[in-house]
Amino acid sequence: MNVLQFMLQNRSQVLELTLEHLWLVGISTLLAMAVGIPLGIAIAHRPRLNQPVLASANIIQTVPSLALFGFLLPVPWLGERADRLAILALALYALLPLIRNTYTGIRAVDPAVVEAGRGMGLTDSQLLFQVELPLAMSVILSGVRVAVVISVGLATIAAAIGAGGLGEFIFRGLAMVDNNVILAGAIPAAIMALVADLSVGWLERRLRPR
Amino acid sequence: MAATSCNDSVIRILGVSFVLSGVTLLSELNLEVRRGETLVLLGRSGSGKTTTLKLVNRLLSPTSGEVYVNGVANARADLIRLRRSIGYVIQDVGLFPHFTVERNIGLVPEIEGWPEERIRARVQELLQVVGLDPQMAARYPHQLSGGQRQRVGVARALAADPSILLMDEPFGALDPLTRDELQREFLALQRRLHKTVVFVTHDLREALLLGSRIALMEAGRLVTVLAPQEFLRSTDPLASAYVRAFGDGLPPSADRGIS
Repeated sequence: MNVLQFMLQNRSQVLELTLEHLWLVGISTLLAMAVGIPLGIAIAHRPRLNQPVLASANIIQTVPSLALFGFLLPVPWLGERADRLAILALALYALLPLIRNTYTGIRAVDPAVVEAGRGMGLTDSQLLFQVELPLAMSVILSGVRVAVVISVGLATIAAAIGAGGLGEFIFRGLAMVDNNVILAGAIPAAIMALVADLSVGWLERRLRPR
Repeated sequence: MAATSCNDSVIRILGVSFVLSGVTLLSELNLEVRRGETLVLLGRSGSGKTTTLKLVNRLLSPTSGEVYVNGVANARADLIRLRRSIGYVIQDVGLFPHFTVERNIGLVPEIEGWPEERIRARVQELLQVVGLDPQMAARYPHQLSGGQRQRVGVARALAADPSILLMDEPFGALDPLTRDELQREFLALQRRLHKTVVFVTHDLREALLLGSRIALMEAGRLVTVLAPQEFLRSTDPLASAYVRAFGDGLPPSADRGIS
């Protein structure tokens, strides 16, 4: 039996695990964006915060993912549900590219443009929403792209703590020493990463300032 | 206006010092700008010209002393209102690269809530004022030449019809021919509009051509304020050093557009 036959036979499960996987990646990325982009904006405007914030995000990135899942397991509210925990862990990993790219994107806006805007009497929020964010958008989106691609891969490990997703096939296949089962998880995950990469990449090019 | 405004001073800089991380960039500056004149701040880099300019629209706040605009102390003024009432033109222009020419020029009117029709009419009017084809409105900054960009920069500064214009080496990055052209147009414009202009330059030729008065600065201090004719005859060592340095590059005084 080859991979395709296996996937066809188990198509309802493939679909279910794919949707679970998408959910883990989607929610965690949104969570990371909701925290990471404002943090990136904050450190771009207050250089003194830049070191501590980027250093913390870097440290999180260095914790091995399996260990991070393990560390979070005993935390009261989180440990109750595996998907909750997995979403938080994935969001933590996605933070660094989001914070860093937002910071870089905003710092890269031509200082003359910011000075002119300020001199014309734009308020801080007008400057942010009309000038800085639109000009930084493509750099921020390339951070989103990196974060999503990392998350799709990392989310396979969430199956180790019972959070579901395509990792279930991979772990099962490893236990059964059956490559077809491993591939039934790995192939949809790879396709998901590619599609996410291409579509965010397309958006990024669309929004690139001239 | 408040009682602090005497004679016809639109901008008054009183005893202003500016210290940045222990370095004194301006010390005890006193300067008045009269209604409708073009006051040129002349000096070499680091003399404090740009710092002085940025004190007027409070992009910088003085360490001591106070700046009055139309009789109101800047420290007590609404910062955003103050800046919207002052046009600001800088050497690097700083056009918004993601906006069309029309949106660049119309941004302040837009956030001031002007109706769309009035903004469009104003943009067309200003394009004409700065000598640009009305069709330029739909272009993006990267599609313009350096001279066209600075024309748009001037139009943008004039958009909400401010009575004061601050210009920081606006023609400094242009090629000599375009610079000449824009200087001449600025003179013609100024004869029509009578804005109160503070103009920063390190070019004595430009200062003599455009200025009603020239304020010579050196190392954060105001050396002297002179009319262009006086400047050429001045016995002040720094002023005469400038005149010597420019030498033959200076236009004969009759050629100057000063009335």
